Amino acid sequence: MVSAWIGAILSGILLGLLYGLAAIGLNLIWGVMNVINLSHGAFIALGMFSSYFLAHYLHVSPFLGVVFVLGFGIVIGMITYLVSLHKIISAPELSTLLATYSVSLIIIGLGTFIFTTNPRAIDIHLGSVSVGETVLPMTKILTGLFSIVTTAWFYFFLYKTWSGKAIRSVSMNRDAAELMGINTTATLALAFGIGVGLAMTAGSLAATIFPFTILSGGGYELKSFVICVLGGLGSPIGALVGGLVLGLIENLVTLKIPTSYVPFLEFLILVFILIVKPTGLLARR
Amino acid sequence: MEKGKTLFWLIPGLIVLILLPPLTGSVTMRESVFLMLMYVSLAVSLNIILGYTGYVSFGHIVFYGIGGYIAFYLMKFYNVHLIPAMVAGGIGAAIAAYALGEAVLRLRGAFFAIATIGVNEAVKALVNNLDFIGGAEGLFFNFKIYKAYGGAAKAIWFSYYTMAGITLIAILVAYLIKKSKFGLGLMAIREDEDAALVLGVSTKHYKSLAYAISAFFPGMVGAVFFFKAGNIEPHDAFHLIKSIEMIFMVMLGGYGNVTGALTGALVYERLKGYLLVSPLFKDLHMAISGAILLLIVLFMPQGIVGFIRERSKRLREWLE
Amino acid sequence: MILKVDNVTKSFGGLVALKDVSFEVKKGQIMGIIGPNGAGKTTLFNAISGVFNIDNGKVIFKDEDITGLPPNKRARKGIARTHQIVRPLNELSVLENVMVGSCFGKLNANLGNSRDKALEVLEFVGLYDKREVLAGKLNVPEKKRLELARALASDPEIILLDEVLAGLNPAEVSSMLDVIMGIRDQGITILMIEHLMHAIMNVSDTVIALVYGQKIAEGSPEEVANNPEVVEAYLGDPELALTLLREKGRRSK
Repeated sequence: MVSAWIGAILSGILLGLLYGLAAIGLNLIWGVMNVINLSHGAFIALGMFSSYFLAHYLHVSPFLGVVFVLGFGIVIGMITYLVSLHKIISAPELSTLLATYSVSLIIIGLGTFIFTTNPRAIDIHLGSVSVGETVLPMTKILTGLFSIVTTAWFYFFLYKTWSGKAIRSVSMNRDAAELMGINTTATLALAFGIGVGLAMTAGSLAATIFPFTILSGGGYELKSFVICVLGGLGSPIGALVGGLVLGLIENLVTLKIPTSYVPFLEFLILVFILIVKPTGLLARR
Repeated sequence: MEKGKTLFWLIPGLIVLILLPPLTGSVTMRESVFLMLMYVSLAVSLNIILGYTGYVSFGHIVFYGIGGYIAFYLMKFYNVHLIPAMVAGGIGAAIAAYALGEAVLRLRGAFFAIATIGVNEAVKALVNNLDFIGGAEGLFFNFKIYKAYGGAAKAIWFSYYTMAGITLIAILVAYLIKKSKFGLGLMAIREDEDAALVLGVSTKHYKSLAYAISAFFPGMVGAVFFFKAGNIEPHDAFHLIKSIEMIFMVMLGGYGNVTGALTGALVYERLKGYLLVSPLFKDLHMAISGAILLLIVLFMPQGIVGFIRERSKRLREWLE
Repeated sequence: MILKVDNVTKSFGGLVALKDVSFEVKKGQIMGIIGPNGAGKTTLFNAISGVFNIDNGKVIFKDEDITGLPPNKRARKGIARTHQIVRPLNELSVLENVMVGSCFGKLNANLGNSRDKALEVLEFVGLYDKREVLAGKLNVPEKKRLELARALASDPEIILLDEVLAGLNPAEVSSMLDVIMGIRDQGITILMIEHLMHAIMNVSDTVIALVYGQKIAEGSPEEVANNPEVVEAYLGDPELALTLLREKGRRSK
């Protein structure tokens, strides 16, 4: 019994780290430009396929590939921002929700066309580690570690570099930042690019543990919403903590109730927090 | 707030459309018009909360699912006739929306949108687990049920006329609301909720009521749709992409007026039909829909009807 | 007495915006509220119109305690206001904007009657010709008039005017002042916040001065203008202090 708990906790932590990483990108974009990126899941899926492409055709290990996927994500994210979002960045929420959703439709539509919706998996075997009676695949452990490293890099970037500070100042007051000589267009594009890059990185890591299709990002996107409202907007640490909480809930609760109830529980948490948590989340206009 | 002339051509036009399939006896045309009518009812009712009141109900399809399940359950297990079952579904959806509205309509902007997505997903996940309504597999009709309507073929025609009735009533209701004091209050909320409150609009009550009305018709539409289909399952009843289709239609035609939502629904049905069968586009229909949606959002946010209304003052009173 | 503000206190976090403010407004009079920026004037209006709950004290309107009522119910009872930063309902026409006032305020009219009332008020404030224009398309002085028209159309008993003169040129100020006097002549009580000293000193029956959330003076315009505490408070704001002193000199002659 105890070993089941230990296994669940370890697995929950490792998965939670990945969830946290997946949510950071959404959190960043939401916090900085008040846009809920409904293409988040599509980009996560794109990250999975990028990693698959690297591993399958170029024989690059997915864990080495993380850097490429992140860079690719930043570039493609910045382009997406400039093409589909910049014009309407100050418009009412409906416009940005629909714009990002249409990006998602385009990615998933093209992805379905090119890759079909047959499941794929990255062929990677790195053995496993045993903790007591619990067997943890090495890929899962590496995924957790890489999530921490990526989050740490992002934290450093956001708080210690000039660009990161620019992003934070734009998120606090766009007009004031503009007056202080910050190029807000470039900064917002960069923020969106990094948000997308992090989402794709999370996707590339997830692809080492689970089989996936072009639609697999959707589940992570919904989990990311839950994590964002759990951990609060604007801080990468909050997202990581939110991810850990969600990962642990998923793994621990299933010891007691059927797995099929987990999504219900998660969305219940989402709606509940949105309704109850007062300032900051409510009526922010 | 002129009375406007829209209904003078809108209702006759729709009646002609509705009568086309029975007059020609074409089953293909009936299926296509059925879908059109369904889209029109959904878009016109979503428009009440989205276009009039300015609240982005992203998970609006949840009310279609709730109405569908209530009606299906009553028809399957209690042999209730479609009409009362459908009304029960509509009322059930409206009550759910009113109760939910009390909680989530305090949220503004994107937070409201996310909460409605959450609600839809939570309900879907819950229904997946409820065995008495079939769980993930859903429920099926015994074909004997259609006997009460004179057999399956007649039952389908019956559901067609019922859908037509819902559509006409939904349009009428949406139009009358737009032209009423209630509608003026809703539009004041859309423009500036705090200012509306200070001007005396009972914002909380108005929002909840608007939400309930905009859920009532989708609830009935769900009932008819799943009656015709003969089965209902959570994945179909609470499919988020259908929510987005509804928003797409409202955007395509034009936010905030009845003709806009109607036009959007008709164009969307044709467009989707074309994309799905065209050999060139059928595999890319999703990506193309996405690109069209993006172009509308970026370059024609007022939609087709809004675009015309902006340019022609003379046509405006015909296109409310 | 139509309105009584009784020991009203409101703080935001650590900042005390209003501290034990009390005063009474007589029916049919114009009361001016002056004070430097950040003195709590708009907060006072928010407290009276019910935009937020106050921490302590009471707001009494026509002998009825309305302290806990939401803004829409207060509007229905006859309290109307304008906003310092105009809040037009942009995508609605000017007429529709004003109809919101007559439909949902104290008048609580049906659409037909509220339309008549709105047209009448638009004529009064001089926006009749713009009635079909979208409110978002108006210029700033017109938007200020629209704010006023919307409040007036509700047929209020008391109207709170928050800097309706700010940003207007002298000609616009004088025509707006005519409108304000016209409102008073209809028997509507007016409570107005204004920075424009000569205007407020000329039209007000009584004036109160707020500084750091506290009422430091109340009385006739002369009394308040001569109050040393008031003059001192304005020294932080040289331009206003100057006009105040000039005004004092002119009046004492």
